[in-house]
Amino acid sequence: MIAVEGVSKQFGDYTALDNVSIEVPDGSLTALLGPSGSGKSTLLRIIGGLESADSGRVVINGQDATNVQPQKREIGFVFQHYAAFKHMTVRDNVAFGLTIRKQPKQQVADRVDELLSVVGLAGYAKRYPSQLSGGQRQRMALARALAVEPRVLLLDEPFGALDAKVRAELREWLRRLHDEVHVTTLLVTHDQEEAMSISDHIAVMDNARIEQFGDPRELYDAPSNAFVMGFLGPVSRLGDRLVRPHDIALAAEVEEGALEAMVSRVIHLGFEVRVELMLTSGEAVTAQVTRTEADELELNQGDIVWLRSAGATVLPAPAEPPASAAPADPPAADAALPPRAA
Amino acid sequence: MTVSRPWRIALRVIGLGYLAALLLVPVAVIFYRTFEHGIGAVWDSITTPAAISAFTLTLEVTAIAVPLNTIFGIVMAMQLARGRFRGKTLLNALIDLPFAISPVVIGLALVLVYGLNGWFGRSLADAGIQVIFSTPGIVLATIFVSLPFVVREVTPVLKEVGDEQEQAAATLGANAWQSFWRITLPSIRWGVAYGVVLSVARSIGEFGAVSVVSGKISGETETLTLLVEKRFSNFDLAGAYAASALLAVIALVTLLAMTMIKPRREEEEH
Amino acid sequence: MLGLGVATLWLSIIVLLPLAAVVVRSTDGGFSTFWDAVSSRQAVSALRFTLLVSLLTAAVNAAFGTLIAWVLVRDRFRGKRIVNALIDLPFALPTIVAGLTLLTLYGPRSPFGIDVAYTQFAVLLALLFVTLPFVIRAVQPVLIELDREMEQAALSLGANNRTVFRRIVLPNLVPAILSGAALAFARAVGEFGSIVLISGNIPFRTQVSSVYIFKQIESDAPISAAATSTVLLLVSLLVLVGIRGLGRWGARHDR
Repeated sequence: MIAVEGVSKQFGDYTALDNVSIEVPDGSLTALLGPSGSGKSTLLRIIGGLESADSGRVVINGQDATNVQPQKREIGFVFQHYAAFKHMTVRDNVAFGLTIRKQPKQQVADRVDELLSVVGLAGYAKRYPSQLSGGQRQRMALARALAVEPRVLLLDEPFGALDAKVRAELREWLRRLHDEVHVTTLLVTHDQEEAMSISDHIAVMDNARIEQFGDPRELYDAPSNAFVMGFLGPVSRLGDRLVRPHDIALAAEVEEGALEAMVSRVIHLGFEVRVELMLTSGEAVTAQVTRTEADELELNQGDIVWLRSAGATVLPAPAEPPASAAPADPPAADAALPPRAA
Repeated sequence: MTVSRPWRIALRVIGLGYLAALLLVPVAVIFYRTFEHGIGAVWDSITTPAAISAFTLTLEVTAIAVPLNTIFGIVMAMQLARGRFRGKTLLNALIDLPFAISPVVIGLALVLVYGLNGWFGRSLADAGIQVIFSTPGIVLATIFVSLPFVVREVTPVLKEVGDEQEQAAATLGANAWQSFWRITLPSIRWGVAYGVVLSVARSIGEFGAVSVVSGKISGETETLTLLVEKRFSNFDLAGAYAASALLAVIALVTLLAMTMIKPRREEEEH
Repeated sequence: MLGLGVATLWLSIIVLLPLAAVVVRSTDGGFSTFWDAVSSRQAVSALRFTLLVSLLTAAVNAAFGTLIAWVLVRDRFRGKRIVNALIDLPFALPTIVAGLTLLTLYGPRSPFGIDVAYTQFAVLLALLFVTLPFVIRAVQPVLIELDREMEQAALSLGANNRTVFRRIVLPNLVPAILSGAALAFARAVGEFGSIVLISGNIPFRTQVSSVYIFKQIESDAPISAAATSTVLLLVSLLVLVGIRGLGRWGARHDR
């Protein structure tokens, strides 16, 4: 288990971490999710010993590691830009941690072979990093980190430098790998989809603090504040409340407590249909309905409909938001989540 | 690698100590020796007719060699950065020759071609042209030793800048000449400037090659560096120090120019 | 293409033709004359000393140059920018002034009482001065660009500082150190101005090849001078070829 207790870190005038505490359960895959500058990488580097905390403690598996040098922490660290030893072959890269521990040659060779086949690089042992693709380099870096059998695995935006397709593949692969290896893993990412699709727990960070910690569904369904709600998925503002666009029910007839709105645009996205609306107050609202619902309502531009929130995830809207801020595009959430079964 | 504080300070002391013993203290001492008998004596010894003539000759030679090498350097750099032709690798290697060859050998080479007993010496003499033991020889030697600087500074910048802007200019109707003056030259100007500064420093400071070809005729073919050596050999130490101090000041100005141009040149490269 | 032709012609007239003259004229008296000139005891002794002292120069400055480059890149102290600018001083200062400078400080009139003038050590000192910037300027950019995360990755895998330096930092610097040292060696082999005053030019002891050639020219033996010059030219060419090879080798893992 990794426990961080009241850690703070300043870089000059800039506060990177403000009294942060978190417990990462044993054997879990936990994501630190947040926008850039939220302090998530700094927290990871402090846990890894690559940065030192101004105050607070880091406890790894019950032992206080706050003042332990990185080389003694028994961690595996994977960097966004791979940090491949470019003057060494893939084999020597993976073997590095074992060789400097002076393990017997045969044992090192066996372990490296085993790991290379785990990460799917069995045929690449003699190549240099420059002869590998980005995805292959990152898998090599993972094998290198796992070779020394670390107590915890720390991943700093490990797929951030890869293109979308490779990123999705590696994400799946990392989840399967974790299910086999079961090493306590902490992953830094700014991609909410990545965090939700592979992690057991997510800590959402903003402005040097952890805003909320929980499992993905908990965070999505019961966000503790507007930031978490907006960061984990699209948000629409309906009167004085924040709701998910797919939790807005549209009706052709006037209903009790519903708000009147005019359809300004109907966008067909295959199974789902995004409806852009204008409230009588002049505020824009985005709702998300299924194709069947849209067909039943026969929605057209200029129609008048009635809106009410039909879901459980509701937060009071913050006072006086900028007119266009709340709906449509929360950061990094432009890939709308699939509609959830009721 | 996080080096602990005592180690870092130890390395710093060793490194800076080496620099001080080799660079700083000697240069400081030469200024001290120069001015230990007052500034008047210094002024007198750098304003003798021989000194003024040496200074003028040095500037003349530099004023001929550097522009020629600048033009050559830009033309050659454009070929090396953009051109596709056979023998480019060889040409690229040959450019560096003047850096690797002893200045004395360079001087000798010129004597063997243009000296009285050289390949062209006799015919040149018949035409009334004297190269060796005369200003043209000094100019040739200076061009030789400072030839690679502009090429070497400009080629990487040209490669980095690429030729997209020139192609854009061409699609907008610019001819080669307009494209060079309006697009290419402005984008490499700090690289050129850096190369020119290095060329000037080398031209003013060249000693070995010039020493072989000049004949060292006081007031005629004596450059500043030759003056330093002659005064030293004639036991005129104060005079040698004064001329050296003048050259050292030029060197410090050069360093200042290099320091100011370097970041701008590096900006061009990114 | 016109530009290429003119530029190549210019290079040929200024550089290649005179160098060809050295090689051709060195055999004016036939091969035996050439061989006699090259293998004379004084010429051989000067060449041996030149190569040895140049090798030593390259080695010393490889070590100190790497150290100074490290200090300039990784250390923080006041006045670092000035120190960094001063590194280029040997490139900017005329060699004859460098020689006179060193003679003043480490010669008979030394203010510190250190007199090494007219010794082999004095030649080494002069060569160390003029070749100082090569290794520093070769290593500095590589050290700046060196991926710090490589070192952090090694630390996280359990390596201590010594191991990180030996296994990660040094292997990545070696090509730059070697090519800087090779440039320093090439420069040292041909150096003249800074040595001529401080070496005393004592045959069989402090005489280097370039000064030997100069004396041959002065005593009106240009053919003999050309013969020794041809040998020096050959050394220069070999070093140049070596440096080009080093450049390619050093870039082999880049991408």
